Amino acid sequence: MSGTAVTTGLRADARIPLRAHLRHTGALVRRNMLWIRQDPESMFDAVLFPIVFTLLFVYVFGGSIGQSLGGGQEAYVQYIVPGLMAMMGMNMAQGVGTGFNQDFNTGVMDRFRSLPIGRGSVLFAKISVEMVRMLIATAVLLVVGVLVGFDITHWPGLFAAVGLSAVFGSALMWIFLTLGVVMKNAQSVQAMGFLVLMPLQFGSSIFAPPQSMPGWLERFTEYNPLSALADAARGLMVGGPVAHDLWMTLGWSVGITAVMAPVAIRKFRTKH
Amino acid sequence: MTRNDKEPGSAVSVRGLVKHYGETRALDGVDLEVREGTVMGVLGPNGAGKTTLVRILSTLLAPTAGHATVAGYDVVRQPRQLRRVIGLTGQYASVDEKLPGWENLYLIGRLLDLPRKEARARADALLERFSLTEAARRPAATYSGGMRRRLDLAASMIGRPAVLYLDEPTTGLDPRTRNEVWEEVRRLVGEGVTVLLTTQYMEEAEQLASELTVVDRGKVIASGGIEQLKAAVGGRTLRVRPADPLQLRPLADALDTLGITGLAGTTVDTERGAVLVPVLSDEQLTAVIGAVTARGITLSSVSTELPSLDEVFLSLTGHRAGVPQDAVPAGTREEVAA
Repeated sequence: MSGTAVTTGLRADARIPLRAHLRHTGALVRRNMLWIRQDPESMFDAVLFPIVFTLLFVYVFGGSIGQSLGGGQEAYVQYIVPGLMAMMGMNMAQGVGTGFNQDFNTGVMDRFRSLPIGRGSVLFAKISVEMVRMLIATAVLLVVGVLVGFDITHWPGLFAAVGLSAVFGSALMWIFLTLGVVMKNAQSVQAMGFLVLMPLQFGSSIFAPPQSMPGWLERFTEYNPLSALADAARGLMVGGPVAHDLWMTLGWSVGITAVMAPVAIRKFRTKH
Repeated sequence: MTRNDKEPGSAVSVRGLVKHYGETRALDGVDLEVREGTVMGVLGPNGAGKTTLVRILSTLLAPTAGHATVAGYDVVRQPRQLRRVIGLTGQYASVDEKLPGWENLYLIGRLLDLPRKEARARADALLERFSLTEAARRPAATYSGGMRRRLDLAASMIGRPAVLYLDEPTTGLDPRTRNEVWEEVRRLVGEGVTVLLTTQYMEEAEQLASELTVVDRGKVIASGGIEQLKAAVGGRTLRVRPADPLQLRPLADALDTLGITGLAGTTVDTERGAVLVPVLSDEQLTAVIGAVTARGITLSSVSTELPSLDEVFLSLTGHRAGVPQDAVPAGTREEVAA
């Protein structure tokens, strides 16, 4: 590190009190919210994505997959809507990475990093705002879902499922924030995200029950946290076993956050 | 370059600062001292290490070795306190383009722990001061280049910094806008802000700085008062153009035989029909003009030019190689021009 002589009697660096952290994060949340107001089109994906996916899956695959579930399209609606809820967090998280990367390529990040604020604040603010987007996307999903026949049988479970998706989504955001900081440009963040996410999404129980998959893939889906989240959301909203998947999801969320949040903050701090 | 140990009035103090990126030595032992209330110009070409220096001094980058303090705070050990006393205006306007001007300033105010009411008042006052009140509610993306730089300066001033870094503040601006930015910087200096300015232009350094550090490839190759350095690199160049092109040679001969002390040789720019005379002082300049008029040569234009960065480097590196300045013969210069 620095080859300076030991300086005695130097005042220690100031610490940032928690209240200041909250204030800074609040100010940055306001910034990100103003972006949305300035550019409402940025909300398009959050609104359109659940509509398109719900209609697409229910009407294109609903009939045939529904049969294997022992019903028809109605049976598949009950299956896919909680699944898509699990997917929502992942999609929003991917957007965080690209947005954050673009932010970095303007001088404004330098300004933030040269201010006496906790460097996590910038990241926390970004995550808070993305959570709002995610909740909006989830609300749209539920409305569309109900319109195409989704039957919520456990109302308290609904809130639990939304909460669980949010927790898992925020954990994923730390991964994408890290990518956003580390990678050179937004395109590569997007490409990287796509490469990782596609197999994870389809190799899970989000879209179809894994029982019909080949053995190796079935095993993969078993350990895929997205399956756990999708199954937990199903259990919570329409009934069925929950405990195992719930704990799996929480475990993954805590694990990912515990590892990736410090990495993201550290990378953010030391970015040139 | 001998320096006093720890001057009391020193706002920025840099000792032996080194920054390596793998094999590249962006900074290779830089020493620098900026006295309170002065403007230090850091002059150098692209890749000289100017931006690296500013980034270390604003805690965006950790030095590989060496020592730097700003307002008494150590860049490595006391980054948070240091950030409280600096303002940074980067090479690229560091404002949020999607936000209106006012929101940009309010945001910085809140991040600097100003209470809401004060942050609002400060944003209003700074917009007023930098003539941006009318554009306050428009997104910064719609601003002109000059307005954006002014907003950037305003954002840097919110925390009333003791030291302001201006990293190539006018790169990419047209001459009119550049003057506008210079005017604002002079006003800030008038209010007692210490400024560390990096630039590629000798002219900018001369306009704003009182002291100059010339850097090249991560090393300081010269430093001192601006007049002193200007003298070292040959001051200004006087460009005289005779009305009659046939008078060019006689004019050059006449100027060569003037016998003004310390006057270096002349150069003839045949393409543009002018004689170039390096002058070190206003007295010399006046003497040259006087001599020309005395010979009865009619001039169509007279102008002075500052040495370009290239010329500064040529003479400074020449200097360092051990060739005394006054030993650079007129003939050498003529070859350069031809």
